[in-house]
Amino acid sequence: MSLDVESLRKDFPIFEMQVHGKPLIYLDSAATSQKPRQVVDRMVTFYETENANVHRGVYELSERATNAYEGARAACARFIEARDPRTIIFTRGATEGINLVRFTWARANVHEGDEILVTQMEHHSNLIPWQLLAQEAGAKLRHLPVDDEGLLRIDLLGEYITDRTKIVAVSLMSNVLGTINPVRKIADAAHAMGARIVVDAAQAAPHIPIDVNELDVDFLAYSSHKMLGPTGAGALYGRLDLLEEMPPFMGGGEMIREVFEDHATWAEVPHKFEAGTPNIAQAVGMGAAVEYLEGLGIENVRAHEKEMVSYAIEKLEDVGAVVYGPKDVSVRGGVASFNLDEVHPHDMATILDQEGLCIRAGHHCAQPLMRVLGVPATARASFYVYNTPDEIDALIEALDKAKGWFA
Amino acid sequence: MVCLSLEELYKEVILDHYRTPRNKGQLDPHDVALERNNPLCGDELELFLKFDGEKVGEIAFDGKGCSISLASASMMTEKVKGLTVKEAGKMAETVKRMMAGEEEGDPEFLGDLVSLKGVVKYPVRIKCALLGWNTLLEALEESGKN
Repeated sequence: MSLDVESLRKDFPIFEMQVHGKPLIYLDSAATSQKPRQVVDRMVTFYETENANVHRGVYELSERATNAYEGARAACARFIEARDPRTIIFTRGATEGINLVRFTWARANVHEGDEILVTQMEHHSNLIPWQLLAQEAGAKLRHLPVDDEGLLRIDLLGEYITDRTKIVAVSLMSNVLGTINPVRKIADAAHAMGARIVVDAAQAAPHIPIDVNELDVDFLAYSSHKMLGPTGAGALYGRLDLLEEMPPFMGGGEMIREVFEDHATWAEVPHKFEAGTPNIAQAVGMGAAVEYLEGLGIENVRAHEKEMVSYAIEKLEDVGAVVYGPKDVSVRGGVASFNLDEVHPHDMATILDQEGLCIRAGHHCAQPLMRVLGVPATARASFYVYNTPDEIDALIEALDKAKGWFA
Repeated sequence: MVCLSLEELYKEVILDHYRTPRNKGQLDPHDVALERNNPLCGDELELFLKFDGEKVGEIAFDGKGCSISLASASMMTEKVKGLTVKEAGKMAETVKRMMAGEEEGDPEFLGDLVSLKGVVKYPVRIKCALLGWNTLLEALEESGKN
């Protein structure tokens, strides 16, 4: 079964909009996705019929709110094949999830002289937390290189993961190159040396099936807003035994069991890590986004995006663009970063905007990777369930026009 | 001039300086050299100044960036060469106010720089147009002459 794109586009009210008098063509879902009516409506229903604080009131309404919130947690667990909803901590997004690991497990376990391994293709969200930790702990930060094709140098893992390595932090899918990394292999190499693996799945979760058991990862963070859900919500998966031994993250209400004047004891996992009133409606909206994607079938989403990115690479190369990242779409998601010799990415994005086309231009929060690629910036088109081949044709036509201006 | 379409803005103002930038390259010897970038875009610009008494005797820029940032820097070097440090500073402040929409920009003082106003319609690009000017202000400050 394949996606019925024409019909599902009707779920997204934003596509009825026009930009500069042209139909909106949204090719920036790697930055954030658009939202279907089902997700927005679910949050409205929550506010109109279920709103109360969670885990507190003894009254019926609070129980409804708690059920909605915990139901969303179960959906977020199911989405990545986590067997126990307690292994899912609600966060503000993938960035907060990664920082949570930094301030809890990592702070307790990374010491002077230890090593942290990241890769050259990390988004700043999976690099800066580890830079800060390395500086704080006196640990060494190492970077697994990327080859010319945009693949990780897995052959060097033996050299880069040593008995000093405590954490390996890697993205499941690159937001610039689209590369889908062999995380299971990396997890095996990390575990063999007694290290833990933290996976940034912000870019992968919306687009490819994820099974945390098959990947055998210790922590995995993803965001709601890139997968049709609202901003302000995300999920961090952690192995239950690790979560149980970890110190808390933020202190406050909700995360405690008993509080005395000078000390306190902690609530059970996952509440230990959810201090304060959480983003309840957003979490519920994230659960609705999971259900929407389950309705489409994440395998079908993946198949659609493979077709889209193959077509985009072919057309972009025809128009003379340099496309970065692997050409083999079996290890590439729906992202195409490119440059046209004649036209700087920022000029391109401004010109394309006049045609109603939204693309990203810049360093994509991956400055070290830009240096590896030897470019200050790239343009990026990224695809999701609602994009069509016609929209890629419109992109190519607009690029041709931009080239004409600079010719 | 304010009503330039994007295409006109590019074709009539930007592309000439982008294709054939004036005063582009390293300047040696120099009195001040300053490198600044636009972290959001990755635009990089290096500015060189050599003073002739109180005047900007020589000015050059080097760098990589979009057409708006490079064209604006190129136009800037043409305009401020030969001005006193005070006049150059005043011109940079005027361009900044014009790009912030705070003043129209006097064509007699600014000449063809008023065409940069076309960029005001594209707010995210204003910082591109101002990269050179902000660097100039800092460089003048550093020289101790302004």
